Amino acid sequence: MGTFDFLLQGLLVAAQPMNLVYALIGVTLGTAVGVLPGIGPALTVALLLPVTYKLDPGGSLIMFAGIYYGGMYGGSTTSILLNTPGESSSIVTALEGNKMARAGRGGPALATAAIGSFVAGLLATLALAFIAPYIVKLALVFGPREYFALMVLAFVTVSSAFGDSTLRGLTSLFVGLTLACIGIDQLTGQTRLSFGVPDLLDGIEVTTLAVAMFAIGETLYIAAQGDRGPDKVEAVKGSVWMSAMDWARSWKPWLRGTAIGFPIGAMPAGGAEIGTFLSYATEKRLTKHPEEFGNGAIEGVAGPEAANNASAAGTLVPLLTLGLPTTATAAIMLAGFQQYGLQPGPLLFATNPQLVWGLIASLLIANFMLLVLNLPLIGLWVKLLTIPKPWLYAGILLFATLGTIGANPSVFELGMLLAFGLLGYVMRVFGYPIAPVVVGLILGPLAEQQLRRALSISQGDITVLFTSPIAAVLLVIAALALVVPLILRARGRGQVLAQLAASED
Amino acid sequence: MNRGNHPSVETRRPDRAALIIAVVLALIAGLIFWDVSRLTGLAGYSQIGPTTVPYVIACCLLGLAVWTAIEAVRGDFGHEREHQEFGPVFWIVGGLAAQMLLLNALGFSIATGILFAMTARGFGKRMLWLTVPVGIVFSFVVWLIFAKLLQLSLPAGPLERLFF
Repeated sequence: MGTFDFLLQGLLVAAQPMNLVYALIGVTLGTAVGVLPGIGPALTVALLLPVTYKLDPGGSLIMFAGIYYGGMYGGSTTSILLNTPGESSSIVTALEGNKMARAGRGGPALATAAIGSFVAGLLATLALAFIAPYIVKLALVFGPREYFALMVLAFVTVSSAFGDSTLRGLTSLFVGLTLACIGIDQLTGQTRLSFGVPDLLDGIEVTTLAVAMFAIGETLYIAAQGDRGPDKVEAVKGSVWMSAMDWARSWKPWLRGTAIGFPIGAMPAGGAEIGTFLSYATEKRLTKHPEEFGNGAIEGVAGPEAANNASAAGTLVPLLTLGLPTTATAAIMLAGFQQYGLQPGPLLFATNPQLVWGLIASLLIANFMLLVLNLPLIGLWVKLLTIPKPWLYAGILLFATLGTIGANPSVFELGMLLAFGLLGYVMRVFGYPIAPVVVGLILGPLAEQQLRRALSISQGDITVLFTSPIAAVLLVIAALALVVPLILRARGRGQVLAQLAASED
Repeated sequence: MNRGNHPSVETRRPDRAALIIAVVLALIAGLIFWDVSRLTGLAGYSQIGPTTVPYVIACCLLGLAVWTAIEAVRGDFGHEREHQEFGPVFWIVGGLAAQMLLLNALGFSIATGILFAMTARGFGKRMLWLTVPVGIVFSFVVWLIFAKLLQLSLPAGPLERLFF
């Protein structure tokens, strides 16, 4: 059977009435939570994970797909109307989008973001469907050492290639790897770093860590800034529909954004934000209205937004085909798979094709639903933006703890939530990135397993890691990704990199 | 409105906070060494057992600690730290601690309602007489949806037992 048949089968699975309902709930919840200021897709997915606990794997993953795409969409609404990007990949959207909203063109900005997201999501999901089988075939020849090299590459790119400091990125990563050691060793059954505490034997829950670091850490950080007065929500004046001129100026950026975003997301290197910056730069160079850039150019919203969504779909390529999460969001989605004992990767395509293709097909369906839901409901989403901060963050903490309590209602688990929340807060104060901790925690045990397998096959000969051509190339790329930014920064060229991972403003 | 954007550290002076971070990283490394040293190295075929990877991680942490310390002494650990107000942080941490300790005795709604009110207090809503009841009612509605409709096991307390 070809990809097309698989995709059709997937559509049949996804189009079952119950699954459509799950997808609808997913996109609605995802958008509603993603729209809240300060909440990006990673946190949206982590917060809503408990909603899916009691569903069967298929339904739960379909709902998840909806939440993921909905969260992405909600984030762009926030950055256009509020100028507080929930995540780094929305920064560029905020750049031009918020200017447009201030100039009274918020409607068209939201529309081009929504339709651009739809176009990009559609094309990128199709690309995912057609590429995935090839990568799966490639992945089947991968042995433990190739996987290990791939994971090393992911570690390096997630932690240190971008951002303003290699030191901070690596420190975050190793904090995550340390946490990953806690619990029972998978191969020998010995306990490590659990100090006789029975609650630690199972290791640290990825969702607990993610929710604590993103939700509680962020809440504490915002609270500690003190009262800065309310953020200004730009009202959506006039029509939300785009004029013929807007369409004419938007469609090329959508396609270019998709073409830039998807490959970047699909590489096992991670980082949706890089694609958005590249797309912004491209549009700025190609535009016929250079004077508008910086004052609300519609191309500057259309392109990056498309790139953002395309790379979000792109990150599903390594996640589904290799089991390799390259962003915090993907790491949490991997945790979502693992709660059902499913390990994404080439084997899952073989053993459970309905599930994988149902998931891919429901991404397409979720995408359509978002388009239909979002433009008419924009007024509702704007209302969500105006929730006063005290209620908003009180609600966020309610749901953050709800997830942990629902999974494991123990005092110890809540204590860990609090402890990691404080850790997340301190790391934010000192400018440490959060995503490497989460990726380190979930990928650490997998990398260790592959390494030990590779070395037990070779009977302890370490050179075996470098003698496979694929592994060697991957490790060389990883080494370059570690060393080149260090040199660039040492020569004072670090601003470019810092911008690529830019924090707000 | 506080515009709290003063970089609190002057450059070219050992950065205390960064030195503390370096020490903490070194302590974590030490903890790993201490804990793993009592494991028997069941190395099997390879010379690599359950202890190897933790040792490597601990060595890397030590290296990062040294690196942090060097940057701290040379004063280029950098990063402008924004002014932090600790009052709100204590309120929210207190709320989380209260929820943690009261959860099993008082049930989800009351414990979470207290967390809700204390978080709102941290963000400047001082009217606890209003926020506590609002929080409890809201948490109860959430409990109804998640515990009854979605069958999540959320601990019940006196309030929940009153209705079910």
